[in-house]
Amino acid sequence: MRRYDQLIIGLFIVTALMMIIALVLALGVAPDPANLVTPAERFAQRIFYFHVPNWWVGFLAYFIGAVAGALYLISRKEQWDAVEISSIEIGLTFNTIGLISGSIWARPTWNTWWTWEPRLTTAAIGWLMYVGYLMLRSAIDSPQRRARFAAVFSILAFLDVPVIFLAIHWWRTIHPVVIGGEVGQGTGGFALGPTIQMVFFVCLAAFTVLYVTLMLVRLRTEFLAQRVEHLRQQFMFL
Amino acid sequence: MHHLHKVLAIVAKDLAAELRTREMLSAMFVFALVVILIFNFAFELRAEDQQTLAPGVLWVAITFSGMLGLSRSFIREQDRGSLEGLLLTPVDRGVIFLGKMLGNALFITVVDLIVLPVFVVLFNLSGALIPQLALAIVLGTLGLSGVGTLFSAMAIHTRAREILLPVLLFPLIVPVIISAVKLSAGIIDNLPFAEIQQWFSLLLVFDIVFAVLSFIFFDYVVEE
Repeated sequence: MRRYDQLIIGLFIVTALMMIIALVLALGVAPDPANLVTPAERFAQRIFYFHVPNWWVGFLAYFIGAVAGALYLISRKEQWDAVEISSIEIGLTFNTIGLISGSIWARPTWNTWWTWEPRLTTAAIGWLMYVGYLMLRSAIDSPQRRARFAAVFSILAFLDVPVIFLAIHWWRTIHPVVIGGEVGQGTGGFALGPTIQMVFFVCLAAFTVLYVTLMLVRLRTEFLAQRVEHLRQQFMFL
Repeated sequence: MHHLHKVLAIVAKDLAAELRTREMLSAMFVFALVVILIFNFAFELRAEDQQTLAPGVLWVAITFSGMLGLSRSFIREQDRGSLEGLLLTPVDRGVIFLGKMLGNALFITVVDLIVLPVFVVLFNLSGALIPQLALAIVLGTLGLSGVGTLFSAMAIHTRAREILLPVLLFPLIVPVIISAVKLSAGIIDNLPFAEIQQWFSLLLVFDIVFAVLSFIFFDYVVEE
């Protein structure tokens, strides 16, 4: 465990430094987009540097959870179950942060906290799904069965997210499509200049490293919990 | 061909067991009526045009009452100790899944088809819509039963049993519900088929996708 702990401490320092740099760049260096005029819009736009990386981490975490679930069903190694639960817990945390911070941004920009727009609706349903995942886990006593059911659910839930999005997408969306969309599409959208892009990618990198750090810390806890469980079973049957 | 016989044998078994008591069918039927009545009271006070709410009410009634049936599907097997027997029969696990799924879909559809005329009367719709709405109900129910049967088999091994089923199932089947409501709304509004065809196809696709995925994962859920 010692090497592992050193790795975590090292990553922790790297993450902290990257986050500070990201914060300075996003709040101080990045220019205001030209097409946003009111002060409220311009200030609120800065959320872009954290909101998008935040959702990227959430999505990545759910994806890794589903992959770990599939690997568990194939190999039946409980390490994969640990990866799955760790990743999905982190995903759910970022999902929650994304919903709340998005709401705070929507208030000055769309003049409402919430609207039943495809991305928002998908995010909310996804949140409910993964809360259900945690409830499912906590309601099963047998560790093997819990791991099996959780793996099945994590794969189904992840496959379902794009399906839900497509199903809701028929209504016209007002969520900005900043990356890969037309310039200024949606209410509160804007064009990506070179500086904005650079700052954005630094933030993206910072958040990805944050995910890796959180993942290692959470995995460490999960491995310890599994060891305690094994020890308990070993001494119970002596 | 003989796989189909085995599937139908499981459906027949569930049907025979249900027809002896009819406890599930009657409970689902009454519950669906209650849901429709509650919505009528609740919306009468504020909504201008009740017909715009009709498709939503119909599908809330269908999914909620369907949930009752789905949650009993495997609990009954477990309580009577017939689950082991079912799993020990020399058939593929997929056959068991299809049998249970078709049985569930059949029960829910039967209940809904009895509720449908009452719904049409209460919402003052044209009786000519019944055959088309029935088709939408059959398709929507199939989508509900796919994942529903899988999760029903999962839920019996959880501490809370049937309580967990709606929490797990509803978020996942949102696509089915959306397309089923849209399809029913189009039928009620008398839109030409070309305009609601996309929802019809979408519902069909979701039915197949959810059934196939649940079919694949059923093996992992029932293994001991």
